[in-house]
Amino acid sequence: MAAVSIRDVYKSFGAVNVIQGISIDIADGEFVVMVGPSGCGKSTLLRMVAGLETISSGEIAIGERVVNNLEPKDRDIAMVFQNYALYPHMSVRDNMAYGLKIQGREKADIDARVQRAAEILELSKLLARRPRELSGGQRQRVAMGRAIVREPKVFLFDEPLSNLDAKLRVQMRSELQALHQRLRTTTIYVTHDQVEAMTLAHRMLVMNAGKTEQIGAPLEVYSRPATTFVAGFIGSPPMNLIPGRINGGGKALASDGGVSVRLPEARPGLDGRQVLLGVRPEHFEACAAGDALLNPDIDFIELLGSDSLVYGHVGADKTGTRVAARLHTSVVAKEGRLPLRFAAQHMHLFDPESGKRIAA
Amino acid sequence: MVERRPALNFLAYAILSLGVVLVALPVYVTFVASTQTFEQIVAVPMSLVPGTELIANYATALTSGSEQASSAPVARMMLVSLIVALTVAIGKIAISLLSAFAIVYFRFPGRMFIFWMIFITLMLPVEVRILPTYEVMSNLHLLNTYAGLTIPLIASATATFLFRQFFMTIPDELAEAARMDGAGPMRFFRDVVVPLSRTNLAALFVILFIYGWNQYLWPLLITTDQSMYTVVIGIRGMIAGGDAATRWNIVMATAMLAMLPPALVVILMQRWFVKGLVETEK
Repeated sequence: MAAVSIRDVYKSFGAVNVIQGISIDIADGEFVVMVGPSGCGKSTLLRMVAGLETISSGEIAIGERVVNNLEPKDRDIAMVFQNYALYPHMSVRDNMAYGLKIQGREKADIDARVQRAAEILELSKLLARRPRELSGGQRQRVAMGRAIVREPKVFLFDEPLSNLDAKLRVQMRSELQALHQRLRTTTIYVTHDQVEAMTLAHRMLVMNAGKTEQIGAPLEVYSRPATTFVAGFIGSPPMNLIPGRINGGGKALASDGGVSVRLPEARPGLDGRQVLLGVRPEHFEACAAGDALLNPDIDFIELLGSDSLVYGHVGADKTGTRVAARLHTSVVAKEGRLPLRFAAQHMHLFDPESGKRIAA
Repeated sequence: MVERRPALNFLAYAILSLGVVLVALPVYVTFVASTQTFEQIVAVPMSLVPGTELIANYATALTSGSEQASSAPVARMMLVSLIVALTVAIGKIAISLLSAFAIVYFRFPGRMFIFWMIFITLMLPVEVRILPTYEVMSNLHLLNTYAGLTIPLIASATATFLFRQFFMTIPDELAEAARMDGAGPMRFFRDVVVPLSRTNLAALFVILFIYGWNQYLWPLLITTDQSMYTVVIGIRGMIAGGDAATRWNIVMATAMLAMLPPALVVILMQRWFVKGLVETEK
């Protein structure tokens, strides 16, 4: 096992800069998830760690060794591909053993490793089958088995669950987690699915357009998003962002569109400044009209069961801002105004120009 | 059938049977003729019942050919044909497999230029470039040799193109997975690309074997020595011109013999075809 460190890495395809200066130090045994919308460069970054893409500038080190110019096979890593990339003409056993065979290992050693991996992944009965005779989840496991048998320093996963159906995805997610707890191998995992990122990661790297938006533990990223991009990307439905100017000695927010929101905590230092106020839908609470911080007009309601998603707007109909709130169904009115409040620790303020979080 | 009705079934079978008869009749007549004596054949109308000379005719053809015409024993001609067809088929496959692999999996300067150069030769079949090719072969003293018979037929754009198209359907991840596993290019070629191509290989082998076996114009030009005649040329040689009588029963036996190896190849490789059609693995 080994630490991985990515130091100020750039990648360009011709004139297009796909990765623009990303740095992260991944500790030994850590599970890091790179998450971002499609096209943000997360897969490219992973492929650079794998050695499938060259590095335009910067350094990637696995353990003590800078691996920029090493072939994938010399990096002591294993990768699981999105479409599994199993050799279709080989049995499950041969698929897992192929890399070891090339390394020129003893047959007994290969058999033992394959056997062990098969047991971990519950593939023992399927060893003689071909990939096409397996279900999606089983193929996924074989792909993981192929990575496990090599006992690499680092596991790389490239959207491994995106080809599975929803139910299987949840199951494989917990299996992955169990696997990592058992093997404790440093893992880099790429996904566009924020739920996967939140549930699997020790730390996550949120990427957008080739740049780092935030690096941090899932809960930290959720509760203190560093930018409006992260605020919108992590969490579902995304965080409400209400633009406006702080006034009244830092106690309220108002905009030309008629938005008027009281802040739960005064920020006198920001008086007169244009900001984006961020509140997650699940952090709104219904309250008495007298306690309300904002009073959106209800547009429509989505019933989820015990909870409901209430969509409304503050300010004028056209120029105001859409707001979503997740509330207990019993307190939701059908129409009219909905008095809402939120706690001070759930208030996020962002600079509208840079999108960066304004520190308290 | 969309509808299951006896009348429609009957019609379908009738049409199919008619087709089979149409195709099979000439072959049958050839077979019957190859079992009769010379006198029976020239009788009008010719009997459509197999004669008694089956073994004698075939034995004569195989060992001595048609005596009066300029012709080597058919066994010898079959051997030459077999060597030519196998060399052409295997040579073509080997060369086009490797060149398609190079074109698809390697990035080198002029890659597309080379591909188009190969592709353009599709427009120049053997018949078009036959005179310059003959000149080259003659200057290299390759007339009446196996090399002369086969080499000009081996360079093949068609097969290269087919393999290229097939390789491009192999997912890139497979190559990447092999790279992660530490397989070098030739190892990847041997362990992944070739096994995945095996049904294409079988299909091409059949087509190319028959192509090589049935070559007529090129062997006709390049061979003057009877011992280097292919069986297709040999049949033509047996049909005597002028006053000598053609021994049609021997000619027909030779024709039957000439048909056998391609038919055998098709029958033997058919299992692979079907397998290839049923398996959709990639």
